[in-house]
Amino acid sequence: MNKVVEKEFFSEKVVRLVVEAPLIARARKAGNFVILRVGKKGERIPLTIASADAEKGTIDLVAQVVGVSTSKLAELEPGDYITDLVGPLGKPTHIEKVGTILAAGGGVGVAPLLPIVEAFKKAGNRVITVLAARSRDLIILEDQMRQWSDELIVMTDDGSHGRKGLVTAGMEEILQREKVDECIVIGPAIMMKFAALLTGKYKVPTQASLNSIMVDGTGMCGACRVSVGGKTRFTCVDGPEFDAHHIDFDEMLMRLGGYREEEKEALERYHLQHKLVEK
Amino acid sequence: MGLNSFYLKQERDAAWRTELRKKTKNKDRMLINRVSMPELEPEIRVNYQDREVNRGLTRDMAMQEAIRCMDCANPTCIEGCPVSINIPKFIKNIERGEIQQAASVLKETSALPAVCGRVCPQEKQCEAQCFYVQKLNKPAVAIGHLERFAADYERENGEMSVPETAEPNGIKVATVGSGPAALSFAGDMIKKGYDVTVFEALHEIGGVLKYGIPEFRLPNSIVDKELENLQKMGVHFKTNFIVGRTASFDDLKEQGFQAFFIGSGAGLPRFMNIPGENYNGILSSNEYLTRVNLMGAQYDETDTPVLHGRRVAVIGGGNTAMDSVRTALRLGAEKAMIVYRRSEEEMPARIEEIKHAKEEGVEFHNLCNPLEYYGDEKGRVSGMKLMRMELGEPDASGRRRPVPMEGSEFEMDVDLVIVAVGVSPNPLVPSSLKELSVTKWGTIVVDENDMQSSIPEMFAGGDIVRGGATVILAMGDGRRAAEKMDHFLQGKYAVN
Repeated sequence: MNKVVEKEFFSEKVVRLVVEAPLIARARKAGNFVILRVGKKGERIPLTIASADAEKGTIDLVAQVVGVSTSKLAELEPGDYITDLVGPLGKPTHIEKVGTILAAGGGVGVAPLLPIVEAFKKAGNRVITVLAARSRDLIILEDQMRQWSDELIVMTDDGSHGRKGLVTAGMEEILQREKVDECIVIGPAIMMKFAALLTGKYKVPTQASLNSIMVDGTGMCGACRVSVGGKTRFTCVDGPEFDAHHIDFDEMLMRLGGYREEEKEALERYHLQHKLVEK
Repeated sequence: MGLNSFYLKQERDAAWRTELRKKTKNKDRMLINRVSMPELEPEIRVNYQDREVNRGLTRDMAMQEAIRCMDCANPTCIEGCPVSINIPKFIKNIERGEIQQAASVLKETSALPAVCGRVCPQEKQCEAQCFYVQKLNKPAVAIGHLERFAADYERENGEMSVPETAEPNGIKVATVGSGPAALSFAGDMIKKGYDVTVFEALHEIGGVLKYGIPEFRLPNSIVDKELENLQKMGVHFKTNFIVGRTASFDDLKEQGFQAFFIGSGAGLPRFMNIPGENYNGILSSNEYLTRVNLMGAQYDETDTPVLHGRRVAVIGGGNTAMDSVRTALRLGAEKAMIVYRRSEEEMPARIEEIKHAKEEGVEFHNLCNPLEYYGDEKGRVSGMKLMRMELGEPDASGRRRPVPMEGSEFEMDVDLVIVAVGVSPNPLVPSSLKELSVTKWGTIVVDENDMQSSIPEMFAGGDIVRGGATVILAMGDGRRAAEKMDHFLQGKYAVN
């Protein structure tokens, strides 16, 4: 049981929770994730660690409300408990001084990107960050990102904040302007796919952090498998980051929809139950 | 393992045993037919994921079966048991109606008798060594059924006895994982007086007993009862804790843990690496069974989803394949099929599981191997291409090798495929202990006799060493590791 100590909504559907987890706060590295479960009948879901405070013994989690499990998570209030929380999982990001890093984050993918940007900056790199979302209210952690970036570009689809356009437009501007040594992208699979196509064109080594479906998160179930360079890899123990130029994003997009109908039904049941309770 | 021939003889010479032997002539014992296990009717049981198929023996049935055992002077059955249960002693206690005592005998060597009585391949172990089989060519004494009976009877009738434990010696030891190997290790170490903590990565204790074995074969409530017993003996349990990640081995050593038993089990599911294998609707048996057994995905009130198939193919011929195909039937499949590349004779599954599957209507497609999967426009599996096989010469496993038959390809409609072709060891511990010696398959290298790894204070056993075996072999490893770790630690303290 892990206590929620703070909660804020970045937007209607995006929530940040600060959770007591002293061991994880101490052990986690940039790129790690946790698996959590809300309620005894809850589902195990993976979430990346946005940041941690080893002294206070807390970790920050950012989640977008999509289905039943994220709805239940977002309903927790400070003082409530997360039933189960385990981590840190996954291989940490390989951080070293390489020169110039281009970091691109889309939507809630910006949360796990934050500790990576911080680590690259602390390792002595020049870091240029591109944040992207559909509109102004979906851009998160902008100030924190600015703190660790030499340059920050914000892109919105509707132009309500920063520049109008997709994340790739912001990235391409940098790639055309200067030599980038490494790129990291985290966001929706479709965004990572096009970001990878772009950096492939410029031959910049690129890592993408994948948000596959998982159950145990320790390499047992194989639900998170992805094809990388024609080989099947498990996101939870081999990843979550892989060479973006070799990931089969189309297959990944297909696999992300693997339980869509079941999840939709569950969400309908959940909303129905909620209405019954409210009455 | 603690049961030497002198001790066995002494036990056998006890007055009550001698008296029992005299009471019934061996000739009469041999005339009794082996008891058959009552089962839930197939038409009923296919509707329930959580109703046990085997219903257990009545007291009368058990006592009658116990008479069959001739209390051999040289009880070969014990040699067939990986944890060396004193088999004649527990059976003779059943014969005289002392069921609680029979249960206590089981617990002298087995931390999980109700589990072993259900899932052990007794026909290949203790029962295979029984005098009836060896010398009389008759069915063995139903040791497994009797074990289950004694454990169940004790649980259902009054207080469960808690085995005696030695005075605490204050030495802290830990297990990595909480499956059968780790639990058996923990049970023995707590008896020896150690301060034992079991660390588990999942949110529930029990490992494969909980996530892997369906409730129609092993109810989770029975596993929980046996765990309660370990808890009463003083074993500490910590869930949601990944040793090597949540805290490093060094952190734990700093907290006073002197030695570790790594029983982290089988990890990565194996796939066949054939085209189309990553379509949705093709999943590992681990994923399928975990969603159902551990997460209760079949119930509306739980949040975990599971895929339902109309035409389900399970690839493989082991117990896990049988568990998966029978789960698919219970979740509503119209057609539930086993696809196995050898013949039924070579199937690694227990004969009983194959029989149960057949009674329930599972179709067997033996001597068939998938070559490729097809998907629909949404990326969900819709069919598969298979090839027929014939059997050639025996391979390294001693079983006849399947050989593809040219031109025998055919297609089959399926909408759910469960791949149960084995597992590789869990990579988490070796990846966080670089100095640990592992084989090229990722199993931990141990000295076979003492289960000690290349790091002296690290012992290991179960699937992380064997790469996929049975519950009872894992438990045997746990026991052996406990005995050897005890020597190791006592030696260390004697020197200091």
